[in-house]
Amino acid sequence: MKIFNVKKEIIENKKVSSNCYRMTFESKEIACRVKPGQFLHIKCSDTYDPLLRRPISVHSIENNIIGILYKVIGRGTGLLSKKTSGDPIDVIGPLGNGFDYQLVSNCQLPILVGGGIGIAPLYFLAQRLVERGSNITVLIGASDKCNILCIDELKKLDCKVKVSTDDGSFGLRGTVIELLKKEISSTNSKLKLFVCGPVPMLKQVNQLVSKDNVSSQVSLERQMACGVGACMGCSIKIRNPKSEIRKNKMFDYKRVCKDGPVFDIKEVVWEDI
Amino acid sequence: MRQLSLDINIAGIKMKNPIITASGTFGYGLEYSQLIDIKKFGAIVTKTITLEPRIGNPQPRIVEVVGGMLNSIGLQNPGAKVFIEEKLPKLKEYGVPIIANISGSKEAEFVKLADLFKDIGLSGLELNISCPNVEHAGLFAQDADTTYKLVRKVRKVTSLPLIVKLTPNVTDITLIARAAEDGGADAISLINTLIGMSIDIQTKRPKLANVIGGLSGPAVKPVALRMVYEVSKKVRIPVIGMGGIMTSDDAIEFLLTGASAVAIGTANFVNPNTCCEIIEGIKTYMRDNKFNRMLDIIGQLR
Ligand SMILES: Cc1cc2nc3c(=O)[nH]c(=O)nc-3n(C[C@H](O)[C@H](O)[C@H](O)COP(=O)(O)OP(=O)(O)OC[C@H]3O[C@@H](n4cnc5c(N)ncnc54)[C@H](O)[C@@H]3O)c2cc1C
Ligand SMILES: Cc1cc2nc3c(=O)[nH]c(=O)nc-3n(C[C@H](O)[C@H](O)[C@H](O)COP(=O)(O)O)c2cc1C
Ligand code: FES
Repeated sequence: MKIFNVKKEIIENKKVSSNCYRMTFESKEIACRVKPGQFLHIKCSDTYDPLLRRPISVHSIENNIIGILYKVIGRGTGLLSKKTSGDPIDVIGPLGNGFDYQLVSNCQLPILVGGGIGIAPLYFLAQRLVERGSNITVLIGASDKCNILCIDELKKLDCKVKVSTDDGSFGLRGTVIELLKKEISSTNSKLKLFVCGPVPMLKQVNQLVSKDNVSSQVSLERQMACGVGACMGCSIKIRNPKSEIRKNKMFDYKRVCKDGPVFDIKEVVWEDI
Repeated sequence: MRQLSLDINIAGIKMKNPIITASGTFGYGLEYSQLIDIKKFGAIVTKTITLEPRIGNPQPRIVEVVGGMLNSIGLQNPGAKVFIEEKLPKLKEYGVPIIANISGSKEAEFVKLADLFKDIGLSGLELNISCPNVEHAGLFAQDADTTYKLVRKVRKVTSLPLIVKLTPNVTDITLIARAAEDGGADAISLINTLIGMSIDIQTKRPKLANVIGGLSGPAVKPVALRMVYEVSKKVRIPVIGMGGIMTSDDAIEFLLTGASAVAIGTANFVNPNTCCEIIEGIKTYMRDNKFNRMLDIIGQLR
């Protein structure tokens, strides 16, 4: 797959919650190739501080306009949030392997489960699933009312949206896991989960679905240097009973940037994440 | 316009320009092929290959620091067999000299690999006797006598150009470089990463799972340059300079100081087009300073 390094002008960079921003720019090259779950490698600074690029998922595609939704964590995303329309942005993409959403069959019910900023790549997935005519449910977990992301946009797409907040200020009080438990117990059609969020949440989803044997794909995060599979910095353990690596016959290392970031939940060696 | 020549011959490796990829930062050349024109490079050095596959170190393996990064990859690689059967045939299609970087935890493993890699169409071998992230390999290049013995043994089994990559984590780099030369090395690579660490003050734990790792990037350039300066005065064989090269100005500094070629590592992550930009930048410098041949820049430090 062809990858592009594009330098574009920012169209818009807007604050959407207390610490999240949505940025858009136009790139036909990337827009017409990118799949939900794939990501971009973005240069946040013109100097060597910070040195490395930052991986950020594609959040939306409208015509050839690419949207990203990001949370300010540290220096890199902090600098990104200071940029304004017209400023240049240096982006590499599309990178990684996205969600296998084409495999969703008619008898399966796609459920998108996003914790916090984890909703970012799921909105793009929702766009594509809705285009394909799927009836989808999106479960959103947020810390509080002010930090619920994308709810209006998802409703506009005609998705069924359910929300939980840790403090109970909106929707169900509790975590998105509570919503998921309800969903699993109340439906009798086969579920197919697409999950993105913090690691403790992913681990809980794993515990849930291993009991119920629900097909699930998760998007993982790792510190990255190259983003294209060259440096082996982002490798994680993936179960493989036929692994050729001696002494550790049960797993292989796979690269989150190139072989992922989306993996089948059953493949991941969760004890080591 | 005058015809510029960027050609350089390093111990029999004919390169159309002095720009090489640094081991471990360019995979097996293929990962970046969708993004940049690899055919333009002087040579490609592969990620370190060991006899058997290696799984590498636990996560996290990468930490950013001011002016650079720490890595503790631990030589994760698919092993010699997969390299020969799967990676090399594709890499050869680019028509660029390929230098395999090899390592082992025992002398015998280096020898066996060098023997295995004799007739597979490589342009040269780079011995990584300096990786800080594995238990034994670092030690080879921290002792002149061990370096000498290892290089001599490998020399006996291969006629391929032999480049020996040294660690900066020593008291006197020139002693080790001389030992490599005496053992039969055709060229010296300088520098591998500097040993460093970084702490998370909230968790009070090291940021790398392996605690210590290799420092690379702009921060190491002055150290690398000093070592190229010292070594190139003390050995007769060519020196390949690396460590923190981000721009053509950086590369030219190394050439002026005595490096015959330069390798680009961490910069590839930041800007995958760095190698190509450096080639163009060297051409501009040559035009501006009336050099017809890149060769004439080498060692011109006053
Ligand atoms: C495939 C992928 C997709 C992502 N998509 C999004 C997204 O759509 N929206 C969003 O807000 N965030 C996303 N992230 C997380 C985002 O990359 C980090 O929040 C960001 O790198 C933090 O950088 P910083 O300089 O602000 O923080 P710092 O704390 O200063 O970062 C220091 C170092 O840690 C790395 N790092 C820190 N946190 C993470 C993390 N969670 N994941 C990977 N590297 C990290 C940085 O790259 C850097 O090397 C994604 C991560 C990955 C791997
Ligand atoms: C992520 C990473 C992996 C590396 N892996 C190897 C390796 O496998 N073998 C090796 O000889 N050097 C390895 N190195 C060292 C580089 O080849 C180079 O010597 C060093 O990074 C200094 O150059 P730079 O500052 O341009 O990156 C690695 C460096 C980095 C950053
Ligand atoms: S970040 Fe380099 S291999 Fe994934």
